[in-house]
Amino acid sequence: MSVRGRASLSLYSSRQVPFSGVEARGLVKRYGDRDALRGVDLRTKAGELVAIIGPNGAGKTTLLSILAGISKPDGGEVHVPQGEVGWVPQQAALYRRLTVEENLLLFARLEKHEDPHASCEEMLELTGLAERRGEIVARLSGGNQQRINIAIGLLSRPSVLLLDEPSVGLDPRQRARLWEFVAALASSNGTTVIFSTHDIQEAERYGQRLLVLADGEALFDGSADGLREAVRSEAPEAADQDFETAFVAFLHHRGH
Amino acid sequence: MRWLLLKDLQILRRSPLQAFLLVAYPVLIAVLVGFAISGSPEKPRVAFLNEVPSDSRVSVGTAELPEIGVSDRICERVDCVHVESRDEAAEEVRSGDVLAALILPADLVDRINSLSTPFPRTPKVEVIVNEEDPVKARLVNDRINSLITQANLVIAKRIAAEGGKFLGLVLNGGQFTVIGQTIEILGLRNSARMLTRLRLALPPGQLRDSIDEVIRFTTLARNNLDTAAPLLRRLSQPIAVDKEVVNTSTPPLEVFAIAVAATFTLAFVVVLLVAGSLALEREENAFPRLTRGLVSPAALLTEKVALGVGVGLAVTLLMLAGLALFVPLHWDRFGLWLLAIVGGGAALGTAGAALGAAAREVRAVSLLAFMVTLPVAFLSLIPSGTVGPALNDVIELITALFPFKPALQAMTGALDPAGPSIATALGHLAILVTGYGLLARFALRRFTAV
Repeated sequence: MSVRGRASLSLYSSRQVPFSGVEARGLVKRYGDRDALRGVDLRTKAGELVAIIGPNGAGKTTLLSILAGISKPDGGEVHVPQGEVGWVPQQAALYRRLTVEENLLLFARLEKHEDPHASCEEMLELTGLAERRGEIVARLSGGNQQRINIAIGLLSRPSVLLLDEPSVGLDPRQRARLWEFVAALASSNGTTVIFSTHDIQEAERYGQRLLVLADGEALFDGSADGLREAVRSEAPEAADQDFETAFVAFLHHRGH
Repeated sequence: MRWLLLKDLQILRRSPLQAFLLVAYPVLIAVLVGFAISGSPEKPRVAFLNEVPSDSRVSVGTAELPEIGVSDRICERVDCVHVESRDEAAEEVRSGDVLAALILPADLVDRINSLSTPFPRTPKVEVIVNEEDPVKARLVNDRINSLITQANLVIAKRIAAEGGKFLGLVLNGGQFTVIGQTIEILGLRNSARMLTRLRLALPPGQLRDSIDEVIRFTTLARNNLDTAAPLLRRLSQPIAVDKEVVNTSTPPLEVFAIAVAATFTLAFVVVLLVAGSLALEREENAFPRLTRGLVSPAALLTEKVALGVGVGLAVTLLMLAGLALFVPLHWDRFGLWLLAIVGGGAALGTAGAALGAAAREVRAVSLLAFMVTLPVAFLSLIPSGTVGPALNDVIELITALFPFKPALQAMTGALDPAGPSIATALGHLAILVTGYGLLARFALRRFTAV
């Protein structure tokens, strides 16, 4: 993700986002006989970066889709700021036969921006795709498509931004840019960012808080240091290993 | 909604081949179906070989009938392709240039004449057909049977007429020419008159009684033969047809063919476009993003149907304008055309939306749309009464549940004043719009699954 420092975040700097936290209590979601979420709680603060980690099928995407308002929970409560939750799905949700600019313009218009062209220009700058504005999205790399995907999610000027595995398909340099940009969003605008990832190192590095899910159950909610402490007490043999090994040992100790 | 419409049109513009096929394919099918329906030959092409000597005459008793002109009459009913030999006739049939070959053999008249002799031989005509498929076989058989029936009828009428003349001669008397000799026939009526006069001159007695007996016989014979002549004429066609048309809404065949072509085009363009563009929202993962507050599902459905109706309207009107160059259309009914196209398009569009919500991929949805639309369209063209009652009921039900048939009725009614009621068809379409709209809205819930 190409980030041009805080000056490039004019879309946000022009409008300080008031605090609007996310609060989820006892979320339950079932798909047939399978429990995708089993009583998951989550409470966030303004400007917080929360990483949701866990193995495949843990319920990460399900939790995000409930917070985004796309799925309805079968149990529990969700409180999110009305209309201020930006959602960036795992698979790019955009029109591959339109150009970069046409995609951004379309969503800016649908978001009823006063000046959709100006918003589009800002996002082109933000994503570093200004020079490729006229290219058909289908011809762009997966990483660049993901940039546009995120930019579209940001067009709604959310106070809470939900990112479902945003760094998938990005090369290391693009990842670094993405996280730099996301961190800037949180710190300078007070935007609460909740993201899911399979990359444990990434979660440790960028997540101020980690929510560990496994089989729909929240196993841990706290900082990366707190997770290491938990590993030290529950699986001491893995406590001094790298974070990913320690995390896997923690899951194993918890029966996952 | 206008931005979504613009987006869909941009996407359509980006896929020129797809857009071309979307329009060209249904138009091609429509024109072919239209021609197939209207181009069914009123006079089928039949190879005709007449081997009967030109001086042969059908005779009744000792008298020869004047020339009946069977071959001329046959060629009035079919498009005769005159051939010189059986081989040529067979080749014409084999190559498909003609539907069948009809051969009148040289001994045809002799065999007809033998019917009144002690040694009758059945007159036969030879028919060569190419029954390459059952439908064609039935068509050919029906046509040929009809032709032979007509020929028999012509001959029977002529014999009856000639027979009637002879009866008149027996009844009323007159002159009769045989082998160049003119013979004076007294006739029953004159005989009775002469016998009555003769009886007055006779004294009462056995001879007078005998004369009375002959007079009674001639009177009886005359009275009965009086009824025989009309009976003979009726024998050739004992049953007359008294046709009562219960459904007067029969537009000309050309107009019906154009209505079929236009509805075919409208159906395929609208159903495929709406189903495909709705499935595209899902394929591109855009649906959840759109319906998270940017656009309501109902508005998205409306936009897709509007897209289908708009494009369908443009393509159908273009097609009608093109066809109007060859077949005169009622341009003064243009308002009704628009009503029929919009009404039909809306119902077909909502049906397309329901189909579009059934599968995740555009390709799968397109295939599904074809698999549903094509057979239903063909079922809608099956005339009632041409299949068994139970099957007819099933077809009626299926075609009533899909918008093609009411759209066709609306189009036919709009194109020609003799067509069916456009109001009834539009009412039917409105019900289908509601039903399919609800179905599509319900099916869209599946789209939200992440």
